[in-house]
Amino acid sequence: MYQNTRSGGHSPASPRYESSIAQRGTAPVDLRKDAPVAVIGAGIAGAWQALLLARAGRKVTLHERGDAIMTQATSHWAGGMLAPYCEAEGAEPMIGQIGLRSLEIWRKEFPETLFNGSLVVAHPRDRADFERFAKMTTGHQRLDADGVAELEPALQGRFREGLFFPDEGHVEPRLVLAKLHQRLIEAGGTIIFESEQDPAELDGLVVDCRGLAARDTAPELRGVKGEMVVIRTEEVTLSRPVRLMHPRWPLYVIPREDHHFMLGATSIESEDEFVTVRSALELLSAAYAVHPAFGEAKIVEIGAGLRPAFPDHLPRISLGNKRIAVNGLYRHGFLLAPALAEMTLAYVERGVIDNQVMRCV
Amino acid sequence: MLTFYDKQFASRLLIGSALYPSPAIMQDAIRASAAQIVTVSLRREAAGGKAGDVFWSLIRELDVTVLPNTAGCRSVREAVTTAKLARELFGTSWIKLEVIADNDTLQPDVIGLVEAATLLIKDGFEVFPYCTEDLSVALRLVDAGCKVVMPWAAPIGSARGIVNRDALKLLRDRLPDITLVVDAGLGAPSHAAEAMELGFDAVLLNTAIAKAEDPVAMARAFRLAVEAGRTGYQAGLMGARDFASPSTPVIGTPFWHAVS
Repeated sequence: MYQNTRSGGHSPASPRYESSIAQRGTAPVDLRKDAPVAVIGAGIAGAWQALLLARAGRKVTLHERGDAIMTQATSHWAGGMLAPYCEAEGAEPMIGQIGLRSLEIWRKEFPETLFNGSLVVAHPRDRADFERFAKMTTGHQRLDADGVAELEPALQGRFREGLFFPDEGHVEPRLVLAKLHQRLIEAGGTIIFESEQDPAELDGLVVDCRGLAARDTAPELRGVKGEMVVIRTEEVTLSRPVRLMHPRWPLYVIPREDHHFMLGATSIESEDEFVTVRSALELLSAAYAVHPAFGEAKIVEIGAGLRPAFPDHLPRISLGNKRIAVNGLYRHGFLLAPALAEMTLAYVERGVIDNQVMRCV
Repeated sequence: MLTFYDKQFASRLLIGSALYPSPAIMQDAIRASAAQIVTVSLRREAAGGKAGDVFWSLIRELDVTVLPNTAGCRSVREAVTTAKLARELFGTSWIKLEVIADNDTLQPDVIGLVEAATLLIKDGFEVFPYCTEDLSVALRLVDAGCKVVMPWAAPIGSARGIVNRDALKLLRDRLPDITLVVDAGLGAPSHAAEAMELGFDAVLLNTAIAKAEDPVAMARAFRLAVEAGRTGYQAGLMGARDFASPSTPVIGTPFWHAVS
């Protein structure tokens, strides 16, 4: 029902569909090697799409409606977690599968990416949620109090147990976005800021990565508000993201450069971009519960982004006439973007259709 | 049929719309539950303007009756204001009234609850009050004009099942004409069946379904349990006994059977 493209009685996921493209003799998008490619939206999805296409020898222009600071982009407010195992708690298995492939691409492109794992702890009152989390996820080790202290000395004596996901990583969204833009230019691509484009108006192949702004063509997209806080203190040192059990949201304290910590994120069915007092209280008290020294930290920034989500919370690559739309990355933008870009590239270069995420419109 | 004020329903399972992994799973779970009434929280999500239009349309397209609630309200005034907002937004005079006393237990503030229910009923609302299992509170709510009373089985989200069975039984005995719903604290389908066997008219669920590993399958399990419990209640449960009671005559059986 929410897969709006299941028209004509054929599932776009069936192999038969793939052969019908070949029979028609023309692919639904303009795949000529010399055709210009426009990618719209320089957030994490668009940045990876543009980079991989440029590396493959395409003439790529990346358009971004905002300026280079990218405050309008959802990615600007993201946590940058690369946590396919933890996400299994509330996401479909597909997210984990695509995420694992993305991890490899992140590692290859940015060997300096931190893969220190992530640590999950709970306030004693949220013990039942902690056990549920352990049951719903894989790829973790159970730690006792000593194990927690060994990993994160700052947390010594604070938690009686924890779950350690050794194979997870995280990136700093704002730094890594700028690096991706830089690498696009090095690969021969162009990036134009303050360039708001309508995908229907552009020539050549268009890859639409506008997120929520693409609602004109995908009405079932909705924004899910995620609020975050950045604080700074030199009193606490963490080597990896610490996730604290919360009855409604995955809450992380993510260490960032220069003694900064990002606290995020809420998940609210709302499309305003305000941060409510209640959310700020919850985020700040999460940090305080992880370590009371956060009580003395300086509040650097508070903000919110709107995550683009389809009703099934799964990403979607829509293949249309001259136009490919990559959207619905929801809470998993940094985790999914590289692998989705790779899939788009495989389609453009070789016509490969991924049955899980691609839909023909 | 189950009656809520002047409306009748075939399903005796009411379901909440929070905490699901995705709206699509929420829709599938609600369909699998066969529930005809869905509670929605006004406070957290989208109390106006720019908020969550797509999310609401996903609930609307299920073709269910919406029961807005005042979840999270801490005072009479807050609950009354939220109820009025909900009436505007959803075009319904139904309101699930919650006035919360304590953040840890999410225990109802029963004194504020009676006060808020009185105000709202005077204002034309049809109130579904979330209360404890206390009979005196239930009687006050009925005096105020509530035709529905919704006691907890255990604290919200605790999944403990029916903690005070005798008190719930007493409510059923003393309020035979009131629609009684067990509102919170159920964790397993067997808990729901037990509530129905006690003669409750319906149960309301959210967390136990939404946070299950497979919410859609769990919704179905609760639907079946509610049906089983209700049918069992209607069929007339035999009373418990202290000792075994043979279902076939023992006179005339050889002693090696009688003693084994």
